Amino acid sequence: MSSIPSSVVDADSECLIGGASEAFLRRRAFWNRVAAWLLFAAAAASVLVTIGIVYVLIRDSIPFFEQVPLSEFLTDTQWTPVFKNAHFGVMTLVSATLTVAGIALAVAIPAGLGLAIFLSEYANPKLREAVKPFLELLEGVPTVVYGFFALLFLTPMLQTVIPGLSGFNLLAPGLVMGIMILPYTASVSEDAMRSVPMGLREAGYALGFSRFRVAAQVVIPAALSGITAAFILGMSRAVGETMVVAIAAGQNPNFGFNPLEGAATITAYIVQMAMGDLPHGSIAYQSVFAAGLVLFLITLLFNLIGFYLRRRFREVY
Amino acid sequence: MQNPTKTRVKLLMNEMTSSQHTSGAMRQQQDVQPEPTSAPVLRAEARNLDFWYGATHILKSVSMAVVDCKVTAIIGPSGCGKSTLLRCFNRMHDLYPGNRYSGEIQLYPEDRNLIEMDPGMVRLRIGMVFQKPNPFSKSIFENVAAGLRVRGVADKRILYERVEQALSGAALWDEVKDRLHDSAYGLSGGQQQRLCIARALAPQPDILLLDEPTSALDPIATAKIEDLLTVLRNTVTVIIVTHNMQQAARISDFTAYMHLGKLVEYGVTEKVFTTPQSPMTNDYITGRFG
Ligand SMILES: Nc1ncnc2c1ncn2[C@@H]1O[C@H](COP(=O)(O)OP(=O)(O)OP(=O)(O)O)[C@@H](O)[C@H]1O
Ligand SMILES: [Mg+2]
Repeated sequence: MSSIPSSVVDADSECLIGGASEAFLRRRAFWNRVAAWLLFAAAAASVLVTIGIVYVLIRDSIPFFEQVPLSEFLTDTQWTPVFKNAHFGVMTLVSATLTVAGIALAVAIPAGLGLAIFLSEYANPKLREAVKPFLELLEGVPTVVYGFFALLFLTPMLQTVIPGLSGFNLLAPGLVMGIMILPYTASVSEDAMRSVPMGLREAGYALGFSRFRVAAQVVIPAALSGITAAFILGMSRAVGETMVVAIAAGQNPNFGFNPLEGAATITAYIVQMAMGDLPHGSIAYQSVFAAGLVLFLITLLFNLIGFYLRRRFREVY
Repeated sequence: MQNPTKTRVKLLMNEMTSSQHTSGAMRQQQDVQPEPTSAPVLRAEARNLDFWYGATHILKSVSMAVVDCKVTAIIGPSGCGKSTLLRCFNRMHDLYPGNRYSGEIQLYPEDRNLIEMDPGMVRLRIGMVFQKPNPFSKSIFENVAAGLRVRGVADKRILYERVEQALSGAALWDEVKDRLHDSAYGLSGGQQQRLCIARALAPQPDILLLDEPTSALDPIATAKIEDLLTVLRNTVTVIIVTHNMQQAARISDFTAYMHLGKLVEYGVTEKVFTTPQSPMTNDYITGRFG
C-alpha cells in the first residue's frame, strides 16, 4: 500500500465494485443489518415469553414445595388438595395423563403409520391431494367437539360392548385423542418418508422388492427417527390436551392405570381449579402451579426427545 | 440400426471369435476360457427398442446383444440415453408413470421378451448398481442379505456364507468383517459403492447393470472397483455405462457407442477403439466431441 500514491487510493474509494457504487453498497449493508435486528427481535421475543412462563410457574410453585415435601409429592397416591386432610400425590394425576396418552398412541401409531405409508408410497399425487384436505379438516375440529363426541357418543357405544365401563372413563377420551393427533402424526411421518431419496427406493426395487417391502424395509428404516419424532411430539400433544379429558374422563383424582374408570388428568385438574374460585395464596391455589410445572416438564421432555431424534434423522442418508 | 438384428448378432459373433484368435496376448482371461474358439452365448438382446419419457422419444430403435459372462460398456456423450437404455434392462422405468417401451429385449436362454414380463420377476434376475452409492439405512450385513431374504433365504448359516462370499467378491470383506453389524453409513463413499456391488452380487443375478459406478469416487476407489470388475469378468454378465473411455477400454469386452438415442456403433472393444466404423465414434473417442 505504501508505494501506491494517495491519489490512487482516493480514486479507489469512489470507484465501482462489480458495477455497484460505494453508496449503494453502504445502503445495502445498512438494510441487511436492520433486517437481521428485526429477525433477532422476533426470535428473542419468543424466547423471552417462554422464559417468562417458566419463571412464573417456578416462582409460584416455590411456596407450594415449602409446605409439601417433594418426596410426598412424588410418592403419595392420593390427590385431595381441597380436603381437610389434604394429600398431594401428583402421580395420581400423572397416571391418568399417561394412560390417556398411551391409549391415544395405541390408536395413532398404527393408523398414522398406515396412513403415512399409503400417502407416501402408494397414493398417486392426485389421490394424495384429495385425502389431505380431509386430514386438515380432522385437525381443525375444535377439541370441545371431540370431548362431547367421546362423552355422548363413544362412551355409550363402548358401554354396549364393555358392560363395566363407567360413564366417565379414560378409554373413550384416549381413543378420541388418538384420532385427534392422527392427522399430525400421519403428516409428519409422511414428510419424513417422502424425504427419503428416490435412489434408495430404486435400490430396493432393483433387488426385486415389492412395493410393500420397499416401504417396510427401505423407507421406514431410513425415516425412522423422523417417524419416532412425529409420534413423540404427538404424545406430547396428547399429554397437554385438556378439553377432551376434562369433558369425558371425569374429575376424580384416581391413582391407577385402569382405562375403564374415570380419572382426572393433570390438565383436567388445572382447568377444574382455574374455573372454581380458589382463595389466592391457599395451598390448593398453589398446587395448580405445581401441577402445571409437572405438565410442563413432561411435555418438555417429550419435545426434547423429539427434537433430538429430528436432528439425528437429518443426518441419516 | 439399418442392419437386421440377426446379421448384426452374427457379425458380432464373428468379430468376437476372430478377436479371440488374434488378440490372445492382449487378454489374460483367455487361459480361463475352456474353449477359446467357442461361439459366444447371448444372455439378452435388445431388438428395435424404443423408449419414451411421456411424449419425449429418447431411445430410437436400439438393437444390442449382451454376451454371456462378458463386460459390455455403453459410452457416449451426456444425455444420449445411456442410463435410459440401461434402465430398460431391469424395467426401472416402470416405477414412474407415463414411461413407455416398444420393441423387445429378449432374455436368454428362455427367449422371452422381458418388456412383457412382470417387472418384479425381471429385477429378481437382473441386478443393478447406481451412480450414487445408495446403501439402506441398515447394518452392513443386512444390506447384503436384503437381496437374499427377498428371495426366501432365511437360514442364518446360508445367509452368513453368501454374505461373506459377496463381500469377498466385492473386495470389501477384509475391511468390514469385524463390523458387519454396524451401520452401512459408517463406510466411506468407495466402500459404500463396493457394498452396493456386493448387495447386487449376493443373489447371483444373471446380468449386473452398472450406471457410472465410479463417477462419484476418487481414483483409488475407482481402481479398486475396476479391479473388481476385471475379476468378475467371465463369471458374471455385466453391462456398464461409463463416461470414462479409458475405463471402457480397460475393462470391457464389447463397447456400444450411443448418440442422440441411437446405437451408432457396437462391437468388440479393441475394434471400436482402434478402428471405429463410424466417424461419430471416432470423433468421440479421440476427444473431438462430447
Ligand atoms: N425422467 C425423465 N423425463 C424426461 N426426460 C428425461 C428423463 N430422464 C432423462 N431424460 C432425458 O433423456 C435423455 C437421456 O437421458 P439419460 O439419463 O439416459 O442420459 P445419459 O446418456 O445417461 O447421460 P449422462 O451421461 O449425463 O448420465 C436426456 O435428454 C434427458 O434429458
Ligand atoms: Mg446417465
